Parts: sequence; C-alpha cells; structure tokens
Amino acid sequence: MLPEPIEELLATALVGELTVLDDEGRLVTHPLIPFYDGELIYLTSSVLFSRKLEHIKANPKVSLAISDPVAVTGERFHRATIQGDAVVDDSDLHAGWERVLPLWREKEPVIDMFLGKRVALPLFFERAVIEISPRRAFLWEDGRTDRAPQVFELAGVAR
Amino acid sequence: MKPSSELLAGLGDRFEHAVIVFVDGEGYPLSVATDFRADAERGVVALRAVAGDEVQPPIGEQVNVVFSHIRPQPGIGYDERRYVSLWGKLARADGDELVLTPDRALGWDEEEVPFFEYSERSVPQARRYFEQVSAETGRDVRPKLSFGWLFLRATRLPFLSATFVPILLGIAVAAYVNGFNWWLALLTLVGGAAIHLGVNVFNDVFDTQSGSDEANVNPTQFSGGSRVILYGLVSMRTMALMASAFFAVGIGIGVLLAALRGWDLLWLGIAGALIGFFYTAPPLRLVHRGLGEVAVAIGFGPIMALGAYFVQARAYALEPALASLPVAILIALILYVNEVPDRVGDAASGKRTLPVRWSKEAVVRAYELAVVVTFVLIVVFAVTDLIVRPTLIALLAAPLALPVVRALRESYDQPYALMPAMGKNIQLHLVTGLLLVVGYVIAIVADAALDNPPFFLH
Repeated sequence: MLPEPIEELLATALVGELTVLDDEGRLVTHPLIPFYDGELIYLTSSVLFSRKLEHIKANPKVSLAISDPVAVTGERFHRATIQGDAVVDDSDLHAGWERVLPLWREKEPVIDMFLGKRVALPLFFERAVIEISPRRAFLWEDGRTDRAPQVFELAGVAR
Repeated sequence: MKPSSELLAGLGDRFEHAVIVFVDGEGYPLSVATDFRADAERGVVALRAVAGDEVQPPIGEQVNVVFSHIRPQPGIGYDERRYVSLWGKLARADGDELVLTPDRALGWDEEEVPFFEYSERSVPQARRYFEQVSAETGRDVRPKLSFGWLFLRATRLPFLSATFVPILLGIAVAAYVNGFNWWLALLTLVGGAAIHLGVNVFNDVFDTQSGSDEANVNPTQFSGGSRVILYGLVSMRTMALMASAFFAVGIGIGVLLAALRGWDLLWLGIAGALIGFFYTAPPLRLVHRGLGEVAVAIGFGPIMALGAYFVQARAYALEPALASLPVAILIALILYVNEVPDRVGDAASGKRTLPVRWSKEAVVRAYELAVVVTFVLIVVFAVTDLIVRPTLIALLAAPLALPVVRALRESYDQPYALMPAMGKNIQLHLVTGLLLVVGYVIAIVADAALDNPPFFLH
C-alpha cells in the first residue's frame, strides 16, 4: 500500500513521468497516464511507442514521478516519485490492456469515444500493460522540493 | 541530437518546471521536480537545488532533465501535449543552483508534429515489436480489427459513391431516353462496385510495394491509402487475392452483361478494368506519370456512365457521356485535393501527381478553374438541350466548393486541418452527381405526367 497522499495523486494525475533505463544504462523518460488499483501501478503503452517496453523487459527497475500541478486535479497538490519493479504484460496486445479500462475510464471518460474510433488508428489500441510493484516512495508535501521528502520504504507487492 | 539554442531559449515559455532524473545507488531511476531557467547563450539550464540527502542528483555524472506540459480539457481529454528530454552532466554553481550542460535532446510537441503524424512515424517500431513478441512467444502475433471494420478499411468502402454516382447517372439518362430495367441496373451497380473495390485494394498492394504508403506520414481518413498492409493487419498476399477476387466478380458480371446486352460493352469494360489496374500497377503506373487525375476522371466518369447506359439501352450515345463530364471533373478533383497532403510522400516514391509538380498557387487556381468549368458545362449542356434542363438543379451544389478553396488557401501545409475540406470536396461530387440524377428523374416524371411539359422540364 502506498501512503494516502500518493494514492490520491495517482487517482487524479493525468500524466506521470515513467523513467526506464535503456540497453546502455541511459535514462529515458516517457510521459504516460498512470492508474492504481490499491496494490500495483498500471501504465499502458501502444506498440507504436514500444521502445520503453523493450527497455523494461531488459531492466525492470523504473520510477514514476508525478510532478506537474496542471495535470493533477486533487485539492492539495503534492509531488511524488515511486520507484519499483516493472513487468510488461503483452500476452494479448489487442484486448489484454482492456482490464485497466475501468481505471482509465474513471480518470479520462473520453477514452470510450476514442476507443469507438479504433478503426482510425488501430495500432494505437494495440497495447501492453506495464505493472509496477512499488518498493520505495518519495513525497514532497505541497510540491516543495526545497524541503526534504518523506521517504516510504514499501514491502513490495507479491504478484 | 544536440539541443539548439532555440530549443533552450523556448523552455521557459513552454514549461513550468523541470524534473531531474538520475540513477540512485541501487540502480533505480529517481526523479525530483524543481524550478529552472534556461540560458541559451551559454547553452545551459540552471536548476534550483533540491533538499534531502536521499534525492541529491549526482554532480559530474549523466542525468536526464525532463520538461513536460499538458493541458487537461475536462470531458474532452487534453491538448498542448509536449515534452523535452535533455541529457548531460550536472555541475554545482554558486549559490543554490545546479547547472546542466545538455549534450543531447529529444522531444515532441503536438503543435509541431500532430499526434497522428507522430503515430505514423512510429509504425516501423510497432512492426518491430510485433516481430519481437512473435519471436518470444513462438506464435504469429499481429494487430487485429473486427472483420467488419477491417473490410471497411481494407476496401475503402465509403468511396463507392464514386462508382454509384456515374452509374446511376447513366441509368437515369437511359431511363429518360429508352426505359429502364431494375435487374440490369442492380447488376451494373454490383459489377461496377466490384471493379472499384478491386482497384482500391490493388492500389494498396502496389503503393505498399512502391513504398509510397510508408513514405506518407500524413495519411487522413480520405488519403494515404487503407494502410492495412503497412500496419500488418492484412498480408500483402491476402490483399492481392482479395483484389483479384473483386476483379474476377466485376469482370464476370461485365461479361454476363455483354452477353445479355451486346458485345460492344466489352471494349468499354476492358478499358475501365485496365485503367483501374494500371492506375498504380507496373509497368504503366499511370499515377506515377502524372496521369492519375485523367485516368480517374475517365474511369469514374464517361466509362461508368456510358457502360451503365449501354446495359439499359443496348447502344452508345453522346448524352450520357456529356452528362458524366461534370462528375468526371469532380471525381478527379477529389483525387486532386486528397493528393495535397500526400504530396511529400508521393514525391518521395516517384509519384508525379499534379500537387507534386505544381506550386500551391497553381494547385488552388486549377481547382477553382475546374469547378467553374464543371458548372459552366452543366449550364451549356442543359441550355443547348444536350442534357435535360432540370439538371440545372445541380448548380445548387456549387457553394460546397467554397470551403474547399478557402481551406486549400489557408491550410495547404496542414494535412489534418484540410480534412474537413476533403470531406466537403467529396460532398461536392456526390451532391452534384445526385442532383444531375434528380434532374433526369424530374424530366422522366414530367414526361410521364404531362402531355406537353414546359421547356424547363425536359
């Protein structure tokens, strides 16, 4: 379980910055919409932008930062970074990702309209799910990184 | 890519904060947001130092600094998506600042590269990933679409209006002159549609082979082909088989109609099928030689209308050919406008279409001239009794050309802004063609209902 303020951030953030390490150990950051079900953090990635999936398969150590006050709708803005181990589920690229659709719909109801136009951009909706088991989280209250963050060591989530 | 001074100079206006990302002692990425100011002259970004021992970025080592912006639009989604990623080494400056000297940059701004173009540019990565997953799982993993959507997309079914309009017009002229047979009309429509779908599918096969679909990163719902082969939704072989099947059905119906109504029909059918096939097929590749617009005008104008007339009347005549000329010009104009966003990809693959060869001004002027000629022809033919006078009703469609001209002038280099105009241009052909048909129906009804119809009704 993540601390409550971070759960609230994950519930409302429209964008988080997922950072992965490429095959040369270089940092690569991707803006993505994050979801959280109380245990794991989920992100989805189209096959069009699937380099990150290749990188995660090679090195599962990732972090997800929520840093943009404009992209978060909660009453009180905080900033957070969650480090964790990621797994890519691409067992069914066509429909497997739809298991996170209820979470996506809650945050972005317009997704159903886009999904209805799947024929227009079919590859965009061929997607893998990235599941992150949080292991450590950093919370900056009120988004102030000029103050030291609260650090939460998490037990890790059993899969 | 090394970051340009323009990129650095624009950071302050485009982004509100920066995120410093580095690798911590346990090998995990760690991100900390902070304030920044870019100094384009020095080629550096100054970052406010962050507090906390656990989150101190390493000095003198490579870090990633990310700038990201999005504007939520409740109920719609979001817009203004953009990000910039910089890589470089951090140094500690005087005071409370860190200084990044970036040596590499990457980013995306949907105002510069629209999302659809960004996606199209990423199609090779998608194909690579499918190959990789197929290799990992030992099964052939491909993208999917439901059969109905796939058929619609692969055949570009909605474009069948281009076939139905001239065939209905030929039938209407025949009905006015000679009478009309429902079954023959239906068979003509099915045969014409089969040839048209075959042409569409073969077009994809040859455009994929020539590389022009892949070179085109600005497809729209009206242009750029179906892309089902490019996306891996359907194999090249299946598309070639499907196109051959459509041609077989179309040719079969053509031969049947020729046997029933007269073998003179065969020459017209052969001409139509050959023009359709060699539109993109080697060795002729009419569209590559700048003959695409003419080929489409002949195929989806006089050939279709004359063929449909012959099936009903068992003879050729001048009237259906003349009546189809406005439709022929307007169908060529659909292709012509759709070629505007395709012109970069077309040029790269050797397609010498008119928008590839001409300047923007020439393209717009020629469009205006062609529309004027279309409606002048209707007036001249109707006034001189070459076609029935009620066809003048088709002039009502002329204003549909105005937004197309406006969009060509204002959005010539913006493929996605041109899309509504492309839709209007298709409506211009459809509405004009159907109103010509309505003109003939009015003349038929007037002839049947009145002993001596007034001059404007025949």
